[in-house]
Amino acid sequence: MKILAKEIITKTEDTTITRFKVSAPLIAVKAQPGQFIVVMVKEEGERIPLTAVDKNEKEGSIVLVVQEIGFSTKLMGTLNPGDSLYAIAGPMGHATPIENYGKVILVGGGVGIAEIYPLAKALKEAGNQVITILGARTKELLILEDEMRAASSEVHITTDDGSYGKKGFVTDILKELVSPNSPSLRSGPLAEGSRANARGKLPTPNLVYAVGPIPMMERVAAVTKDSGVKTVVSLNALMVDASGMCGGCRVKVKDEVKFSCVDGPEFDGHLVDWDELKMRSKVYADKEEHICKLNEHIT
Amino acid sequence: MDSRFCGNDRAFMGMTKMKKEPIHPRELDAAERAKGFDEVCLVYTEEQALQEASRCIQCKDPACIAGCPVEIDIKKFIAQIADKDYKGAYFTLREKNNFPSMCGRVCPAEYQCRKTCVFTKKDAPFASEKAINIHFLERFVGDYGMKEKLETPAYIDERLSKFKIAVVGSGPAGLCCAGELARRGVKVVVYETLHKPGGVLRYGIPPFRLPQDVLDVEIDYLKKLGVEIRPNIIIGKTKSLDELFEEGFSCVFLGLGAGTPSFMGVEGENLCNVYSANEFLTRVNLMSAYKFPAYHTPINVGKHIMVIGGGNTAMDAARVAYRLQMIKGIEPSVTVFYRRTETEMPARRLEIEHAKEEGISFEFLVQPTGFIGDDKGYVKKIKALRCELGEPDSSGRRRPVPIKGSEFEADCDEAIIALGLKANQILIEATPEIKTDKWSDIIVDKDTMETSIKKVYAGGDIVGGEGTVIEAMGMAKKASRSIIDYLLKQ
Ligand SMILES: Cc1cc2nc3c(=O)[nH]c(=O)nc-3n(C[C@H](O)[C@H](O)[C@H](O)COP(=O)(O)OP(=O)(O)OC[C@H]3O[C@@H](n4cnc5c(N)ncnc54)[C@H](O)[C@@H]3O)c2cc1C
Ligand code: FES
Repeated sequence: MKILAKEIITKTEDTTITRFKVSAPLIAVKAQPGQFIVVMVKEEGERIPLTAVDKNEKEGSIVLVVQEIGFSTKLMGTLNPGDSLYAIAGPMGHATPIENYGKVILVGGGVGIAEIYPLAKALKEAGNQVITILGARTKELLILEDEMRAASSEVHITTDDGSYGKKGFVTDILKELVSPNSPSLRSGPLAEGSRANARGKLPTPNLVYAVGPIPMMERVAAVTKDSGVKTVVSLNALMVDASGMCGGCRVKVKDEVKFSCVDGPEFDGHLVDWDELKMRSKVYADKEEHICKLNEHIT
Repeated sequence: MDSRFCGNDRAFMGMTKMKKEPIHPRELDAAERAKGFDEVCLVYTEEQALQEASRCIQCKDPACIAGCPVEIDIKKFIAQIADKDYKGAYFTLREKNNFPSMCGRVCPAEYQCRKTCVFTKKDAPFASEKAINIHFLERFVGDYGMKEKLETPAYIDERLSKFKIAVVGSGPAGLCCAGELARRGVKVVVYETLHKPGGVLRYGIPPFRLPQDVLDVEIDYLKKLGVEIRPNIIIGKTKSLDELFEEGFSCVFLGLGAGTPSFMGVEGENLCNVYSANEFLTRVNLMSAYKFPAYHTPINVGKHIMVIGGGNTAMDAARVAYRLQMIKGIEPSVTVFYRRTETEMPARRLEIEHAKEEGISFEFLVQPTGFIGDDKGYVKKIKALRCELGEPDSSGRRRPVPIKGSEFEADCDEAIIALGLKANQILIEATPEIKTDKWSDIIVDKDTMETSIKKVYAGGDIVGGEGTVIEAMGMAKKASRSIIDYLLKQ
């Protein structure tokens, strides 16, 4: 639970993203792409879910990439190497089934890029053609570009303000990539799977996987809906125990109620009730603001 | 010979002649106690305990013992109290019950030993007021033992000290099994998903019924016996069952509990501020959300809180909700909606009484049909139907039948659903070899508590569904005996 290393990846006026290397030998052995862990920064802390972005079994460490968005993540940002987290448990949730799908498009928005990184590595290793689309509000907030380039066959970048890559949203690129007339697809080397699927028509990806802010994942799912490309999203619902004992993390997926922590965190993006998820994710917005204000001096 | 030692015939006479009124322990004033989480029910004074003990007529054939899931020698421990042999009484209790201080506080005695007490009429749905207050006496003795730091001697068996046993889950089942094994010299490691041990005793039952330090004393005692408690480890995720055996554990006991909350499946159930009782209670008890922002887990507190259900969980949720309103300076308004009538409520009678005294309202024979939210997605109203009681169902309780055209709406800006809990799934999902029944509870051999996997035993709520603390301990004890038998054969 001890913090072994800390590196501020990026810091702007309103956003800080930090990479922590944390000692967690048992989790380092078990964590698979797609799973998450639960962290309590202090004894008085909340139980917050975070993705294990990387791991080193030999060293017994895992890597967490944390964007300081709420009080608990800000508090975590105040920790330094040598400090310990009060609790760390996991890995929770189901791992992403890693197989050779053929062509896979991974979409990462903001800190979600860190979460698709282990997946990109695993999918590439499994023989997939991995195309990644990375999105950030602005150039400084685009993280792990080099790592993602190494782990992907092709990388597309968008920024909301056009300060880097293409101006616009990840979905602008995604639309091109999944549309049958996509130039990128025609020129790109085709993997076995997608060629088999093409049956004369122009090939489409076999899987789209998105992690990022809820509105981004919702838009991704909307883009792929018509084409019917399987679209998996990793939901970051609010959690407490993260072991299936409270139902606080419930999401509606095709009219069925699922618990994100034990049934997910990955779900079929076309079946998620996005409006409900957005609404539930804000249930403590006022409390969050209050505790952040109160503690401005610490964080 | 004093009256305590009269036989059954005299007992009957004693009963008809009995004038002594049951003794109730002192309780905190209802208006005062609802402002915080202090324990409501105080322990008997010595004098009270002696008076209550003297009401016991020491039946020749004590029926109370058969009503106790672990068959405590109730007659004997009450006689020992009457003789002021509190130490003796403590060890009599401890022979069968590892945690008398806890059970004395939370056992639904009116459905168990007090129901079969000779002072309760046959066929009564729960114990008569006149039944001996066995639970209060148990608590008196348990607390005496705790105060005097009485410890049941370990009787180490050298042959057992080379074995290691893993216990999964630190609820009453896991803790009891760990204690039983450790006292015989077995090395025990308890694995727990959450950051603190105790299971429901920690995250579910609020401190005004079971103060956390009572639980801590019991856990410290286990640690002294050499039990190692490893929180933050989820068996099935952090380690698998197979890996525990590879690490050299000879047997595994599963006390996984039933924590999966049930929902109604009605419209609007996922609106903001509709909680499961488990979420609500976990936020408050385990995560101390009532101390927000000093503690960082938030909880929302509404102005009109509806609690749905009639069990202990519902009573706990309602009383916690009421306290939160008091703490936040909100005019308290908590209403319990229950489908049947008060008689059918499965909660402990004492909790129902306490809830009423504190100011909680009850609406019986109502069945929620949905929730209505505002434009931001927060619940604003509850919709419900009125019911009447029909024919008895499989549980023997009369079934609520909705009355046509009786729909109504009520203001409700927070709802807490307390409709039962199902098996915890993580380990079961990760271990498909383990046989489960249609409710996903683990199937065991009733005599040994062994599961379909050799050397893996189970007990508590994961076997047979939601039960009581004492039943969980009873099963754990049985499993510990089987484990010891097995180890001695090695
Ligand atoms: C709110 C509430 C009030 C209650 N009131 C009463 C009462 O007044 N009287 C009474 O007698 N009974 C009461 N009960 C019921 C009683 O609490 C249970 O019957 C009892 O706790 C069951 O004990 P257990 O040890 O089987 O499980 P639990 O107490 O549920 O403990 C199980 C533990 O196992 C852990 N666990 C599960 N899976 C894993 C895994 N894979 N790896 C590691 N750890 C794991 C869980 O985190 C949990 O801590 C109440 C229940 C609730 C919810
Ligand atoms: S976080 Fe409690 S059930 Fe998922």
